[in-house]
Amino acid sequence: MGNGIASGATGAGRSARYRQWRSWGIAYLFLVPTLLGIVLLQVVPVLRSAYFSFTDFNGVQPPNWVGLENYANLGNSPLFWKVLRNTVYYTIGFVPLNIVLALFLALLVNQALRGVTFFRALYFLPVITSLVAISLVWAWLYQPQFGLINYFLSVVKIPGPGWLSSTEWSMPALFIMGAWRQAGFNMVIFLAGLKGISQELYEAATVDGAGWFRRFVHITLPMLSPTMFFVTVVSVIGSFQVFEQTYVLTQGGPAYSTLTLSFWIYQNAFEWFNMGKASALAYSLFVVVMLVTLVQFAGQRKWVFYR
Amino acid sequence: MTLAQEQAAIGSRTAVVRHGIRAKRARTAVSNALIYTGMLIVAAIMIVPFLWMLSSSLKPLGDIFLFPPSIFPWPPEWGNYSDAVQAMRCGDQSCFVLFMFNSFKVSILGDIGALIAVAMAAFAFARLQFPGRNILFMLLIATMMIPTQVTLIPVFLMIQWLGWNNSHAALIVPNWFGGAFGTFLVRQFFMTIPDELEDAAKIDGAGPFTIFWKIFVPLGLPALATVGVFVFMNLWNDLQGPVIYLSDIEKMTVTVGLTMFRGQYRTDWHLLMAGSVLSILPILAVYVIAQKYFVQGIALTGVKG
Repeated sequence: MGNGIASGATGAGRSARYRQWRSWGIAYLFLVPTLLGIVLLQVVPVLRSAYFSFTDFNGVQPPNWVGLENYANLGNSPLFWKVLRNTVYYTIGFVPLNIVLALFLALLVNQALRGVTFFRALYFLPVITSLVAISLVWAWLYQPQFGLINYFLSVVKIPGPGWLSSTEWSMPALFIMGAWRQAGFNMVIFLAGLKGISQELYEAATVDGAGWFRRFVHITLPMLSPTMFFVTVVSVIGSFQVFEQTYVLTQGGPAYSTLTLSFWIYQNAFEWFNMGKASALAYSLFVVVMLVTLVQFAGQRKWVFYR
Repeated sequence: MTLAQEQAAIGSRTAVVRHGIRAKRARTAVSNALIYTGMLIVAAIMIVPFLWMLSSSLKPLGDIFLFPPSIFPWPPEWGNYSDAVQAMRCGDQSCFVLFMFNSFKVSILGDIGALIAVAMAAFAFARLQFPGRNILFMLLIATMMIPTQVTLIPVFLMIQWLGWNNSHAALIVPNWFGGAFGTFLVRQFFMTIPDELEDAAKIDGAGPFTIFWKIFVPLGLPALATVGVFVFMNLWNDLQGPVIYLSDIEKMTVTVGLTMFRGQYRTDWHLLMAGSVLSILPILAVYVIAQKYFVQGIALTGVKG
């Protein structure tokens, strides 16, 4: 009798354990593609390219270990520092311009007005359009003699620059286009942030006699700071990887003035087959992105306001 | 405070409120007008490049190099479009239709696989219990930080090793492993689906597969549609992938076709613009159809970061 109970209990225990194992197994079954993707397309490649960055790999012959040579060569190469400066310049130009434009758009369309969804959709349009098509249009807009932008400038009596053919204006030309293209995306994220701000705060401030500007500075901006932080981090990461603009518009020129890290990596890897050097460059990019992101996370305490 | 005083106070307060409402209404009308004006000006700035593209695509060659530029080409030169289609060549025939077909093939096949992988992973992360769930989810999110340039060369070598170079599989199959952004977005959505639905199905004897397929996939359609459009858009617009993997011109997508076109017809802006318009039409159609879901979907990721 006692025996029967005991065996029944172990049976129940075994089947409970079996059921648990089974449900874990099923969960992992759902995750098979994603986990394979993480391993095959992320973890293994990250490790392999770390290894390649210490070799003279050219894509054909087996790689030879060269230690820190690739990195040392980069450090001693003036062009590397120029490319790094260019990339930072793009980011510094792009991110603030993009955020101001996106926030302005979000404030505009954050209204319960008729037709507002239409405008929202319109502002979002550049985001979905291919960068290649957009780059072509902007190349034509920037055309020095017959382009629309220099025409507008000539109307207000400003002599327009050569834009893409000028070493001075080529990079601003790229980040102005980039900021225009990406504004709609960040607008949507800001919009979500704005919707999350409690109306009671605004009502209380209005009762206290605060005008729209003070409400914006003292309520909207602080309450929006977590969204602002998210948008900044994501935009910086994205802008360090700018590729298509350079590929279509300038190929890095004139005189290396728009040569950015990501395009240079592509050239090194797939035009000149310096896979070792390209890997070292990619890792430099990785380190810069991580450092900048870490600095942003460390600095967020100073300005990001969490409820 | 006496009753009379109190009534007086209440009365004056109502007057103030009433006055306030009227003033507020007047102010609202003014501020609405301002907001509309602002929206129109910004809309103009945002849309000018598109209008310029459309206008240039309909100009006869002679009108392209006019200064000041002509804004409304009249009569419109519709022939530019057939010229652009004819001019996008590989070998000695027009390859525009072929490029379009390649773009559709790569984008649709990549997209379907991505959606299946993303929906499955999102379901597991949102609703199933298993050891390592949080760590794996964090790991997945962390992959968003890795610049594509870092993984580019090893992934290229792997594709080469599989013998998929110069084939569309190189562009399609990597999408079948899902992705962090889409999984995150759909998971957020799945987490908002009430437990009661799942519990009721469990009482009826449904297992995880039935619950996934019969409850979460249909209810999660808005989020899945958003991810679907995103993946489609990325594949359609992708430049780096085709440039790296494909070598036969016949296999190129329309995005690459457009850049090659740019190389050949540097100053034929009317044809380049017509080609650009044609290349963005399909994506525009997808966007217009899914527009509502799309904007909601991204908004979701923004808030719950």
